[in-house]
Amino acid sequence: MSTPVITRSTRASRMAAAVAAFAAVVLIAAPWWGSSASLRLIGEMMIYIALGSLWNLLAGYAGLVSVGQQAYVGLGVYITVMVSVLLGVHPFFAIPLAGGLAALISIPVAMLAFRLQGAYFAIGTWVVAEVFRLIAAQLGSSVGLGGGSGISIPTAMMQMIAPGKFWRDASIYWLLLLLGLGALALVYGLLRSRVGLALTAIRDSEVASASLGVDIRRIKYAVYVAAAGMTGIAGALIALQKIRVSPDAAFSVNDWTAIVIFIVVIGGIGTIEGPVIGTMIYFLLREYLADLGSTYLMILGALAIAVMLVAPQGVWGFVKQRFGLSLFPTGYRVSSLDPSADTGEDVSALPPAATTRSY
Amino acid sequence: MSERLLAVEDLQAWYGDAKVLHGLSFTLAAGEILALIGANGAGKSTLLCSICGQLSNKTGTIAFKGHPIHRLAAHEIVMRGIAMVPEGRRLFPSLTVEENLLLGGNANRKGPWSLASVYGLFPVLREKRQAPSTSLSGGQQQMVAIGRALMANPDLLLLDELSLGLAPIIIKDIYALLPRITGNGLSAILVEQDVARALAVAQRFVCLQEGHISLDGAPGAFSRDQISAAYFGM
Amino acid sequence: MIWVNSVVQGILVGGLYALFAAGLSLIFGVMRLVNIAHGDMIVGAAYLAWTIVHVTGLNPLASLVVVVPLAMVFGYGLQAGILNRTLGKDILPPLLVTFGLSVIIQNGLLALYTADNRKLDAGTLETASYPVMPGVDIGYLPMLQLLTAVAVIAGLQYIFYHSQLGRAFRATSDDAETAALMGLDRRRVFASAMALCLGVVAIAGVFLGVRASFDPAIGPGRLIFGFEAVIIGGLGNLWGTLAGGIILGVAQGIGAQLNPGAQVLAGHLTFLLVLALRPTGLFPRMSG
Repeated sequence: MSTPVITRSTRASRMAAAVAAFAAVVLIAAPWWGSSASLRLIGEMMIYIALGSLWNLLAGYAGLVSVGQQAYVGLGVYITVMVSVLLGVHPFFAIPLAGGLAALISIPVAMLAFRLQGAYFAIGTWVVAEVFRLIAAQLGSSVGLGGGSGISIPTAMMQMIAPGKFWRDASIYWLLLLLGLGALALVYGLLRSRVGLALTAIRDSEVASASLGVDIRRIKYAVYVAAAGMTGIAGALIALQKIRVSPDAAFSVNDWTAIVIFIVVIGGIGTIEGPVIGTMIYFLLREYLADLGSTYLMILGALAIAVMLVAPQGVWGFVKQRFGLSLFPTGYRVSSLDPSADTGEDVSALPPAATTRSY
Repeated sequence: MSERLLAVEDLQAWYGDAKVLHGLSFTLAAGEILALIGANGAGKSTLLCSICGQLSNKTGTIAFKGHPIHRLAAHEIVMRGIAMVPEGRRLFPSLTVEENLLLGGNANRKGPWSLASVYGLFPVLREKRQAPSTSLSGGQQQMVAIGRALMANPDLLLLDELSLGLAPIIIKDIYALLPRITGNGLSAILVEQDVARALAVAQRFVCLQEGHISLDGAPGAFSRDQISAAYFGM
Repeated sequence: MIWVNSVVQGILVGGLYALFAAGLSLIFGVMRLVNIAHGDMIVGAAYLAWTIVHVTGLNPLASLVVVVPLAMVFGYGLQAGILNRTLGKDILPPLLVTFGLSVIIQNGLLALYTADNRKLDAGTLETASYPVMPGVDIGYLPMLQLLTAVAVIAGLQYIFYHSQLGRAFRATSDDAETAALMGLDRRRVFASAMALCLGVVAIAGVFLGVRASFDPAIGPGRLIFGFEAVIIGGLGNLWGTLAGGIILGVAQGIGAQLNPGAQVLAGHLTFLLVLALRPTGLFPRMSG
């Protein structure tokens, strides 16, 4: 008489973990095999993987559809600028500061914004971001941060980061790598934990999970604040990458929200792999279509609409539903009574739209 | 010979993944009142919802006045002449009593029922015409729900659990008005928990038991024991 | 006197904000939908009017005769063809689809008309004004704008509460399933609501274009103003939305007097204040 075996990984995920380890080594070594331009490109991808994963955590799991995360990106940007321009301190100090302050400021923001529901919450977060942008433009000029036209991080500050361009570029690149992979790890770890179980329950049914004692409000606050903090860190790194900042760019709804949303939606909302896939698709499209200018953005918009109408679970959600693949499994699988019959299917973490049968 | 108004054949229906009706077949003649009885969960409401088009997950055929209606949506079926008084009344909270009734007439079908004749049937509604519909008592709300369905001038009226949540005296009053409602040759299918009351007003009855028809015929033709047996599935 | 003038001008521009908001309020009331592309459609209507004026030489306000019906047809088609398919329990699909639409409209306008500023010229009406007291002039155009807003809202109220269409709106919004039992096809009801909304959007767009220059990117800003007016005024109350628009206009006017760059910020802060102190708005009639 054998007992069923409970596992947390799939065959596909174990394979993917091996591939990922190899990829990580390649990526870490990039400063030696890649050009400055390719470092910037990979760095940019890491930013979007991070922002996408965080937005996915908010919207796809906690049910918080925010159109205002650019508030924290810009906050991170400007904290970095303030640290280097006003305090004359090593820019890397800005990074934890940006994260901490963004998380702190997000608390009163959440207290206000959580009074709104659904789409109104979304626009409310947008308004908050606009307030931050306008304040940055106003105060900016009075405290010497460049106002509406922006300001650059002084070269002297940038040189503090590391001796020589190679190590400077490499350091910032490695930090961005850490950001992207760190965000993925954070989201993955969170979802595999008890908090993650609670989040998935909330996503599937708020009413049911509340009746089971899940403190929805606390968890939503926690997720919002954590996401804000990490977004602030992303902002700090963005500032270090771009060097020249302006309120419009730092708080841009297009760059830090619209594209992020498209990435997550097309990649697969409610899945961990989705933002990664979506980022790759976005950059691929950008590579080939960017010449078309505004037409390119229209295509992106049309693609997001088409995905939402035809396959709302996105590219990865479709793959997961069809083939039962999961590279970042978060659920628990009961293997058959025969422990050696591992089918590699992870059904307990399917996006809600896909399941009519619940396990 | 009365024409067959409604013909249901091999109707199977599902709520989600659960199969509720397992192949029902019966007919209804014009001018007949059919009582639909059965225990909770037997499938009575499911059957009515299937007929009026609110339940689409079904197979089999439903023909009304000779034409198939089982593929039509609810808003199309009412245009053909079937009106439903839903279980629990389901009045519109944002509308007054009169607005609820006027909305019932949205189908714009010709017939004896109008605002005036509905008020004639339920005079208390005329007094309360501007009141928000949900501010009325249970019995009055039931009157609004019936009046609303009548405003569509249907040929077939579906009544789902008229007596739900109502005091016995109110139920008695409403049932006393039933002959005036069906007097013009209006056919009806009446779902009712109170078996005796239902059988007292109907010319025919169908008894459902776990999604099957366990008994079908005229009330007088069966003994109480036979009907009980069919009801409880013994 | 400067302050009195600020308040007066704020009240007048509040009419325009109420026009921005009325359509939003209507659509949310009927189908619980928030159209992120709402502001972009207002701008789109302005561009449509501009094209018609360019081609026919009509006065912009007269072009409404063409713009409004076209916009209504577009609205009906949009809802029937695309937005109806997003409605359901999940808030994400309508939000993301209308977000995509916003991007498409903005970039479409950019491609068609370039980023140059345009303006609708209403002739002498633009500069004519009535001096109410020294330092306070009431422009004919802003006054017309406010009166139009009042008329539109009165019209919408009438439709909503005294017409068969309005009954259909309210019933479908209450309980679409039971409304179907009365012969109401929710898809048609929603499409009609969106058509009505786009009619109001067209009026808002023309007034926007006459009042100031516009370019393809200003849509989201108009959406935010409309949204703020709705929240300040209170959900589910069209007259509240008018009040909200006026309060927003006055707040912005006072802010502009304090610091020219703080106009929009003052409006945002007022909105956040109302959200903090009276989250349901000043005259709410329904919950979010």
